[in-house]
Amino acid sequence: MKNKILMATVFAFSVTTLPLVAGESLPATGKAPLASYLRPHAVPAPEDNKPTAVRVELGKALFFDPRLSGSNTISCATCHNPAFGWSDGLPTGVGHGMKPLTRATPTILNTAYNAILMWDGRKKSLEDQALGPIEADVEMNQDIPGLLKKLDALEGYRDLFKKAYPGEGISPATVAKAIASFERTIVSTDSPFDRWARGDQKAVTADVKRGFAVFEGKGNCTACHQGFNFTDYGFHNIGVKDVGDKPDEGRYTQRKLPSLKGAFKTPTLRDVALTAPYMRNGLYKTLEEVVDHYDRGGDLKENLSANIKPLNLDPQEKADLVAFMKSLTGRPVSVTIPLLPMH
Amino acid sequence: MAIIAVTGYAIAANEHIVIQKDKHFSVKILTVKVGDWVSFKNDDAFFHNVFSLSDAQSFDLGSHGQGQARRVQMAKEGTVDIECAIHPEMKMQIKVMK
Ligand code: HEC
Ligand code: HEC
Ligand SMILES: [Cu+2]
Repeated sequence: MKNKILMATVFAFSVTTLPLVAGESLPATGKAPLASYLRPHAVPAPEDNKPTAVRVELGKALFFDPRLSGSNTISCATCHNPAFGWSDGLPTGVGHGMKPLTRATPTILNTAYNAILMWDGRKKSLEDQALGPIEADVEMNQDIPGLLKKLDALEGYRDLFKKAYPGEGISPATVAKAIASFERTIVSTDSPFDRWARGDQKAVTADVKRGFAVFEGKGNCTACHQGFNFTDYGFHNIGVKDVGDKPDEGRYTQRKLPSLKGAFKTPTLRDVALTAPYMRNGLYKTLEEVVDHYDRGGDLKENLSANIKPLNLDPQEKADLVAFMKSLTGRPVSVTIPLLPMH
Repeated sequence: MAIIAVTGYAIAANEHIVIQKDKHFSVKILTVKVGDWVSFKNDDAFFHNVFSLSDAQSFDLGSHGQGQARRVQMAKEGTVDIECAIHPEMKMQIKVMK
């Protein structure tokens, strides 16, 4: 007991004597074995929704079907378009009635690995997320009972649901499960960086290797962009300026903690060269602009993450960092657009 | 000792140390006594932010960097759910006993 109290005292002491002073340099960090950046073989799926070929087929049809919207013109793929790296190439998404949304459309690549979804983390799983955009009046504006009726009127869908989820019917749950099953097939493919990580020294050029060193070292990027998916699935305020006049409070809308004001989920960097513009509001058009943002230590200082500070990168280091991010683009996959049930 | 002056639980109070490493707490469930202190030490190279919004006790220890510790005294009997604000996957419980 006495020992414990003694130890406690030491700790209490260290807390009061080692407060982090703004601008104090952080210890050199973030080096991980190259192999830790390789995609784990298995794609996780919940026990009650293990993917099967027919579940994926059904989910794909639903994902690409504009009749999931009230106007019959907007599908998930309108915004999560495979031709734009499963995003839309726009600063922020455009929903029902051509109205722009307040946030950028994230890629759905590798979302199978996410334990928490959306820029503010308000959804827990792909199943939990899938009905959200259908119902949202600003996105697809389709009420769920109305959707179930539309699907039930089509023999093609009735068959697919029967085969995919025998005995479960066409329900909100099975619609969500099928869409989620399809999304779990959208995973990153082998990139030059991965080939290098597996030992092929010639897979990438010297600038990529130098850029990766900056990424793990001077750039301190791995404080947040960690592991194979280059995200910690965490929430940070990195000082991105708001675009509209109303500041986006981000994660704070879900958890009222001061450090979460203006904090957003760390996005994946896989295929990031394909998903411009960048940030939750599409503020930056290029990866060069993103690197400049980090180099100046962000713009909004209020509530800024302590892991963000000016980096003083030279032009070579900046270019290398961009070259590294471009090496994360996977082998191109051709996506066949499904024929949708007409009767 | 500083702690005696601060807590007034000098005789009974213990301090329990929880390490935050690789985005995990070193224990999933910690059992302590009312009045005990729990100190959260960050062994990662990036920041953590321990908090609880439990009915039994709610607090926000703010964000703290590598090598730093933040401590909280457990005031009431009950189960306190602990999370990291930055990394929602980091979770643990403190069972506070009489
Ligand atoms: C109008 C454009 C639009 C449509 C249509 C749309 N989405 Fe999205 N999607 C977004 C935007 C914008 C976000 C981010 C919103 C936020 O975080 O607040 C998002 C987020 C997501 C995410 C979370 C990704 C992540 O990394 O957290 C998933 C998964 C997703 N959408 C799947 C779907 C599915 C499935 C559909 C169809 C049922 C769909 N979306 C329809 C724009 C759209
Ligand atoms: C403190 C955590 C943190 C650090 C450190 C960090 N990032 Fe980020 N990164 C984020 C978050 C959070 C976002 C989204 C922020 C927003 O939109 O407000 C982001 C966004 C990005 C984007 C845009 C991706 C997209 O799809 O929109 C890129 C590219 C990026 N970061 C690269 C880097 C690089 C390169 C570094 C190192 C120089 C770095 N990040 C350091 C957390 C971090
Ligand atoms: Cu944490």
